[in-house]
Amino acid sequence: MKEKIQVNIKVPNQTRYLGLIGKIGEDVARTLKRYKGDREELAYHINLVLTEAMANAIRHANEGDPDKEVHITIAIMGKRLNIKVYDQGQGFDICTLPTPDFKSLDEHGRGVYIIRSLMDKVTYRKLKSGHVLEMIKTLH
Amino acid sequence: MIVRIEEKGAVVLIEVKEERLDAHNSGEFKGQMLNLFEEGKNNLVVDLQEVRFVDSSGLGALVSGFKNASARNGNLKLCGLQPQVKSMFELTRLHRVFEIFPGAEEALASF
Repeated sequence: MKEKIQVNIKVPNQTRYLGLIGKIGEDVARTLKRYKGDREELAYHINLVLTEAMANAIRHANEGDPDKEVHITIAIMGKRLNIKVYDQGQGFDICTLPTPDFKSLDEHGRGVYIIRSLMDKVTYRKLKSGHVLEMIKTLH
Repeated sequence: MIVRIEEKGAVVLIEVKEERLDAHNSGEFKGQMLNLFEEGKNNLVVDLQEVRFVDSSGLGALVSGFKNASARNGNLKLCGLQPQVKSMFELTRLHRVFEIFPGAEEALASF
Protein backbone atom coordinates (compact mmCIF):
# COMPACT_ATOMS: atom_id res chain seq x y z
CA MET A 1 0.00 0.00 0.00
CA LYS A 2 1.18 3.51 -0.85
CA GLU A 3 2.05 5.70 2.11
CA LYS A 4 -0.30 8.71 2.23
CA ILE A 5 0.24 11.69 4.49
CA GLN A 6 -1.39 15.08 4.26
CA VAL A 7 -0.68 17.99 6.56
CA ASN A 8 -2.74 21.14 6.27
CA ILE A 9 -1.76 24.25 8.25
CA LYS A 10 -2.78 27.92 8.36
CA VAL A 11 -0.73 30.49 10.23
CA PRO A 12 -0.77 34.29 10.48
CA ASN A 13 1.37 36.14 7.93
CA GLN A 14 4.30 36.56 10.34
CA THR A 15 7.89 35.27 10.24
CA ARG A 16 7.66 34.08 13.87
CA TYR A 17 5.84 30.98 12.54
CA LEU A 18 8.63 29.94 10.14
CA GLY A 19 10.27 27.71 12.75
CA LEU A 20 7.03 25.92 13.56
CA ILE A 21 6.25 25.10 9.93
CA GLY A 22 9.87 24.08 9.24
CA LYS A 23 9.80 21.73 12.22
CA ILE A 24 6.57 20.08 11.06
CA GLY A 25 8.18 19.53 7.64
CA GLU A 26 11.22 17.93 9.31
CA ASP A 27 9.04 15.60 11.33
CA VAL A 28 7.20 14.48 8.19
CA ALA A 29 10.57 13.54 6.63
CA ARG A 30 11.61 11.61 9.75
CA THR A 31 8.31 9.71 9.85
CA LEU A 32 8.37 8.37 6.26
CA LYS A 33 8.12 4.61 6.21
CA ARG A 34 10.08 3.61 3.15
CA TYR A 35 12.53 6.43 2.47
CA LYS A 36 15.97 4.96 1.87
CA GLY A 37 18.06 8.12 1.52
CA ASP A 38 19.61 10.36 4.18
CA ARG A 39 16.62 11.28 6.35
CA GLU A 40 18.32 14.15 8.16
CA GLU A 41 19.28 15.70 4.83
CA LEU A 42 15.71 15.34 3.54
CA ALA A 43 14.41 16.83 6.80
CA TYR A 44 16.69 19.85 6.38
CA HIS A 45 15.70 20.29 2.74
CA ILE A 46 11.96 20.20 3.48
CA ASN A 47 12.47 22.64 6.36
CA LEU A 48 14.44 24.88 4.02
CA VAL A 49 12.04 24.98 1.05
CA LEU A 50 9.10 25.56 3.43
CA THR A 51 10.97 28.39 5.15
CA GLU A 52 12.02 30.01 1.86
CA ALA A 53 8.58 29.72 0.22
CA MET A 54 6.78 30.95 3.32
CA ALA A 55 9.15 33.89 3.82
CA ASN A 56 8.51 34.95 0.20
CA ALA A 57 4.75 34.66 0.70
CA ILE A 58 4.89 36.71 3.93
CA ARG A 59 7.21 39.48 2.75
CA HIS A 60 6.51 39.81 -0.97
CA ALA A 61 3.14 38.30 -1.90
CA ASN A 62 1.27 39.29 1.29
CA GLU A 63 3.42 42.42 1.66
CA GLY A 64 4.06 41.88 5.37
CA ASP A 65 0.38 42.41 6.28
CA PRO A 66 0.04 40.66 9.71
CA ASP A 67 -3.72 40.24 9.27
CA LYS A 68 -3.29 38.02 6.23
CA GLU A 69 -2.72 34.29 6.38
CA VAL A 70 -0.37 31.76 4.85
CA HIS A 71 -1.79 28.34 4.09
CA ILE A 72 0.57 25.40 3.68
CA THR A 73 -0.07 21.81 2.64
CA ILE A 74 2.53 19.06 2.75
CA ALA A 75 1.47 15.85 1.01
CA ILE A 76 3.23 12.55 0.54
CA MET A 77 1.74 10.05 -1.86
CA GLY A 78 4.04 7.09 -2.20
CA LYS A 79 7.30 8.54 -3.52
CA ARG A 80 5.86 11.91 -4.43
CA LEU A 81 6.34 14.88 -2.12
CA ASN A 82 4.10 17.85 -2.86
CA ILE A 83 4.31 21.12 -0.95
CA LYS A 84 1.94 24.02 -1.60
CA VAL A 85 2.19 27.50 -0.12
CA TYR A 86 -0.87 29.73 -0.65
CA ASP A 87 -0.69 33.49 -0.31
CA GLN A 88 -3.48 36.09 -0.30
CA GLY A 89 -1.61 38.80 -2.11
CA GLN A 90 -0.74 40.43 -5.41
CA GLY A 91 1.64 37.65 -6.32
CA PHE A 92 5.38 37.12 -6.44
CA ASP A 93 6.23 34.75 -9.24
CA ILE A 94 9.53 33.18 -8.29
CA CYS A 95 9.55 31.20 -11.53
CA THR A 96 10.36 34.37 -13.49
CA LEU A 97 13.38 35.34 -11.39
CA PRO A 98 16.87 34.81 -12.85
CA THR A 99 19.53 32.56 -11.33
CA PRO A 100 21.67 34.67 -8.99
CA ASP A 101 25.10 35.82 -10.06
CA PHE A 102 27.25 34.14 -7.41
CA LYS A 103 30.16 36.51 -7.94
CA SER A 104 28.18 39.67 -7.22
CA LEU A 105 27.79 38.89 -3.46
CA ASP A 106 24.26 40.20 -3.37
CA GLU A 107 22.50 39.90 0.00
CA HIS A 108 19.26 38.71 -1.61
CA GLY A 109 18.07 36.33 -4.31
CA ARG A 110 19.34 32.99 -3.01
CA GLY A 111 16.01 31.71 -1.66
CA VAL A 112 14.46 31.02 -5.04
CA TYR A 113 17.65 29.40 -6.28
CA ILE A 114 17.61 27.10 -3.23
CA ILE A 115 14.00 26.04 -3.86
CA ARG A 116 14.73 25.33 -7.52
CA SER A 117 17.89 23.39 -6.69
CA LEU A 118 16.22 21.12 -4.14
CA MET A 119 12.85 20.45 -5.79
CA ASP A 120 12.13 18.80 -9.16
CA LYS A 121 9.28 21.00 -10.29
CA VAL A 122 8.20 24.47 -9.13
CA THR A 123 5.13 26.34 -10.40
CA TYR A 124 3.29 29.48 -9.34
CA ARG A 125 -0.39 29.88 -10.24
CA LYS A 126 -3.09 32.47 -9.77
CA LEU A 127 -6.20 31.40 -7.87
CA LYS A 128 -9.52 33.15 -7.18
CA SER A 129 -8.01 34.96 -4.21
CA GLY A 130 -4.24 34.92 -4.12
CA HIS A 131 -1.74 32.47 -5.53
CA VAL A 132 -0.21 29.09 -4.88
CA LEU A 133 3.43 28.06 -5.13
CA GLU A 134 3.62 24.33 -5.76
CA MET A 135 6.84 22.37 -5.28
CA ILE A 136 7.15 18.72 -6.24
CA LYS A 137 9.90 16.21 -5.63
CA THR A 138 10.21 12.49 -6.23
CA LEU A 139 11.71 10.74 -3.21
CA HIS A 140 14.07 7.86 -3.87
CA MET B 1 17.83 37.02 18.92
CA ILE B 2 20.40 35.88 21.44
CA VAL B 3 24.09 36.41 20.73
CA ARG B 4 27.09 36.47 23.02
CA ILE B 5 29.59 39.15 22.07
CA GLU B 6 33.10 39.00 23.46
CA GLU B 7 36.17 41.06 22.62
CA LYS B 8 39.26 38.95 22.06
CA GLY B 9 42.01 41.54 21.58
CA ALA B 10 41.48 43.19 18.19
CA VAL B 11 38.84 40.67 17.15
CA VAL B 12 35.22 40.37 18.29
CA LEU B 13 33.78 36.88 18.74
CA ILE B 14 30.01 36.62 18.15
CA GLU B 15 28.43 33.38 19.32
CA VAL B 16 24.96 32.93 17.87
CA LYS B 17 22.83 31.30 20.57
CA GLU B 18 19.86 30.42 18.37
CA GLU B 19 18.83 27.17 16.75
CA ARG B 20 17.70 28.98 13.59
CA LEU B 21 19.16 31.93 11.69
CA ASP B 22 16.30 32.74 9.31
CA ALA B 23 14.00 35.43 7.91
CA HIS B 24 12.61 35.96 11.42
CA ASN B 25 15.83 36.97 13.19
CA SER B 26 18.40 37.73 10.46
CA GLY B 27 17.47 41.43 10.33
CA GLU B 28 18.19 41.81 14.03
CA PHE B 29 21.47 39.92 13.63
CA LYS B 30 22.50 42.28 10.83
CA GLY B 31 21.74 45.22 13.12
CA GLN B 32 23.90 43.78 15.89
CA MET B 33 26.84 43.49 13.49
CA LEU B 34 26.24 47.04 12.23
CA ASN B 35 26.48 48.32 15.83
CA LEU B 36 29.92 46.71 16.12
CA PHE B 37 31.06 48.28 12.82
CA GLU B 38 29.89 51.68 14.04
CA GLU B 39 32.03 51.21 17.16
CA GLY B 40 35.01 50.64 14.85
CA LYS B 41 35.14 46.90 15.44
CA ASN B 42 35.82 45.55 11.96
CA ASN B 43 37.29 42.13 12.60
CA LEU B 44 34.62 39.60 13.51
CA VAL B 45 34.41 35.87 14.06
CA VAL B 46 30.87 34.46 13.93
CA ASP B 47 30.56 31.17 15.78
CA LEU B 48 27.59 29.15 14.45
CA GLN B 49 28.15 26.09 16.64
CA GLU B 50 24.64 26.18 18.11
CA VAL B 51 22.89 27.02 14.84
CA ARG B 52 21.21 24.01 13.31
CA PHE B 53 19.39 25.79 10.49
CA VAL B 54 20.27 28.71 8.19
CA ASP B 55 18.08 29.97 5.34
CA SER B 56 18.86 32.39 2.49
CA SER B 57 18.19 35.43 4.62
CA GLY B 58 20.55 34.16 7.34
CA LEU B 59 23.17 33.76 4.62
CA GLY B 60 22.29 37.26 3.40
CA ALA B 61 22.94 38.72 6.87
CA LEU B 62 26.39 37.07 6.94
CA VAL B 63 27.14 38.36 3.42
CA SER B 64 26.13 41.83 4.58
CA GLY B 65 28.49 41.55 7.57
CA PHE B 66 31.29 40.28 5.33
CA LYS B 67 30.87 43.17 2.88
CA ASN B 68 30.75 45.75 5.67
CA ALA B 69 33.87 44.32 7.33
CA SER B 70 35.76 44.21 4.01
CA ALA B 71 34.76 47.79 3.14
CA ARG B 72 36.34 48.87 6.45
CA ASN B 73 39.53 46.88 5.81
CA GLY B 74 38.44 44.25 8.29
CA ASN B 75 37.23 40.69 7.89
CA LEU B 76 34.40 38.43 8.97
CA LYS B 77 35.27 34.77 9.43
CA LEU B 78 33.09 31.83 10.39
CA CYS B 79 33.50 28.81 12.63
CA GLY B 80 31.55 25.91 14.15
CA LEU B 81 29.39 25.09 11.12
CA GLN B 82 27.22 22.00 11.54
CA PRO B 83 27.28 19.71 8.46
CA GLN B 84 23.85 20.73 7.11
CA VAL B 85 24.66 24.40 7.62
CA LYS B 86 27.96 23.92 5.81
CA SER B 87 26.14 22.32 2.90
CA MET B 88 24.09 25.53 2.53
CA PHE B 89 27.31 27.48 1.98
CA GLU B 90 28.36 24.94 -0.64
CA LEU B 91 24.98 25.01 -2.41
CA THR B 92 25.17 28.80 -2.73
CA ARG B 93 28.97 28.81 -3.40
CA LEU B 94 29.51 31.02 -0.35
CA HIS B 95 32.15 28.62 1.00
CA ARG B 96 34.44 30.27 -1.57
CA VAL B 97 33.77 33.70 -0.09
CA PHE B 98 34.09 33.14 3.66
CA GLU B 99 37.08 31.80 5.54
CA ILE B 100 35.59 28.92 7.53
CA PHE B 101 37.31 27.34 10.55
CA PRO B 102 36.41 24.32 12.69
CA GLY B 103 36.45 26.21 15.99
CA ALA B 104 36.68 29.73 17.45
CA GLU B 105 40.30 29.35 18.56
CA GLU B 106 41.54 28.63 15.04
CA ALA B 107 39.43 31.46 13.61
CA LEU B 108 40.70 33.99 16.19
CA ALA B 109 44.32 32.90 15.71
CA SER B 110 44.06 33.47 11.94
CA PHE B 111 43.85 37.27 12.28
